[in-house]
Amino acid sequence: MAATLKLEIVTPTATVFSDDVEMVTLTGIDGEMGIYPQHMPLMTQLAAGEIIAKKGSENIYLAVGEGFVQITGQAVSVLTDMAIKADDIDEVKADEARQKAEQRLSEKLSEEETATVQASLLHATSQLKLKQRTRR
Amino acid sequence: MASTRDIRRRIKSVKNTAQITKAMQMVAAAKMRKAQQAALVGRPYAKLLNVMMAEAATGTVGFDHPLMQSRPVGKRAVVVVGSDRGLCGGLNGNLFREVTKLDKNITVFVTAGKKASLFIARTKRTLAAEFSYKDTPEFAEARAISKFVQQLFLKGEVDAVDILYPRFINTLTQQPSLVPFLPIGKLSAVTAGLNAPKDELSNHDTAEIFEFEPDEETVLGQLLPHSLNFQMHQILLETKASEQSARMVAMKNATDNAKQIIKDLTLEYNKLRQANITKELLEITTAQMAIS
Repeated sequence: MAATLKLEIVTPTATVFSDDVEMVTLTGIDGEMGIYPQHMPLMTQLAAGEIIAKKGSENIYLAVGEGFVQITGQAVSVLTDMAIKADDIDEVKADEARQKAEQRLSEKLSEEETATVQASLLHATSQLKLKQRTRR
Repeated sequence: MASTRDIRRRIKSVKNTAQITKAMQMVAAAKMRKAQQAALVGRPYAKLLNVMMAEAATGTVGFDHPLMQSRPVGKRAVVVVGSDRGLCGGLNGNLFREVTKLDKNITVFVTAGKKASLFIARTKRTLAAEFSYKDTPEFAEARAISKFVQQLFLKGEVDAVDILYPRFINTLTQQPSLVPFLPIGKLSAVTAGLNAPKDELSNHDTAEIFEFEPDEETVLGQLLPHSLNFQMHQILLETKASEQSARMVAMKNATDNAKQIIKDLTLEYNKLRQANITKELLEITTAQMAIS
């Protein structure tokens, strides 16, 4: 069997994903990167977007928010404020959340509120993008 | 001696009290389960965050972040996390006893929760800011507090920040504990507030040197404040769990006491009632004997 990576995706509310996979594709702060086993140790920031985990012939898609990634030769640990599997995404809800967030952003907000709203907007858009992509 | 009517009145009032405390106990019990759950689900995240911090710190040599700077402590800030409402037994009282042990002159206080603010104001201590948080503490609320104390620290107004909060041990026990928050001296100190097992950190292979992308300053510059914010959030969650547990226990005691009082009063009432009946009977018979 080919070498594997242990991918762990943890959010403040749950451990969303924890399994051995063969390859991980994620969006770092400097762009997309693919990680194979024996990758050099690396730490970087995660941009909101998607994570694709390849396990056997199957591709697992997840939408994630911003966070941090730590990569060692054997494991990839992802800390993020939101992570959801493609199958679990509720498109209608995400769209609603996006509209609500956009509307809120046009109002006058304090710095704290803006940060929160922007985060939820990022969450919603990354969910929607992933949903559209996986459908094709 | 009290008349039967007085006793009846008292029984009624105690019964009302018991009903209220019973209701509060039920509400607290339900909220407690939710709060405890919320405090527990954050643990894996906290653990991973700590592992990352520890490894990042060992992987970087000679890196110094302003938040890690330790200075001789002249003035320090203490964040007191209390509850918003009372009726939760000795929870706040125990916390404030710890507050009185701190030196008034070199400590400024930042409070979360109404009871804490009131206490600091009442005892004429220096209150730098007060924050509030909801029944289910949100990350944004924690971030506000955490940001504020980080600012204090970075501006050099204080040289150390500690947090005083009722640590949740189990439903019956909550321990007021003072944990260091800033500077992030030894990174292991970060685990203190989250009671994450330290062994797991040391088991981890920390020999690896990490690359950083784009560079360590940017990544750590984001990671450190984030981890502080998260730690603060976790502390708020734990405080809520402690508060609800303490309230449930206090209300259960109150209900039990009220029931005991009702029992005693009922006994007294019945005794008095019987004595009255006997007295009346005696009066009737003596009256009859006098007539005949």
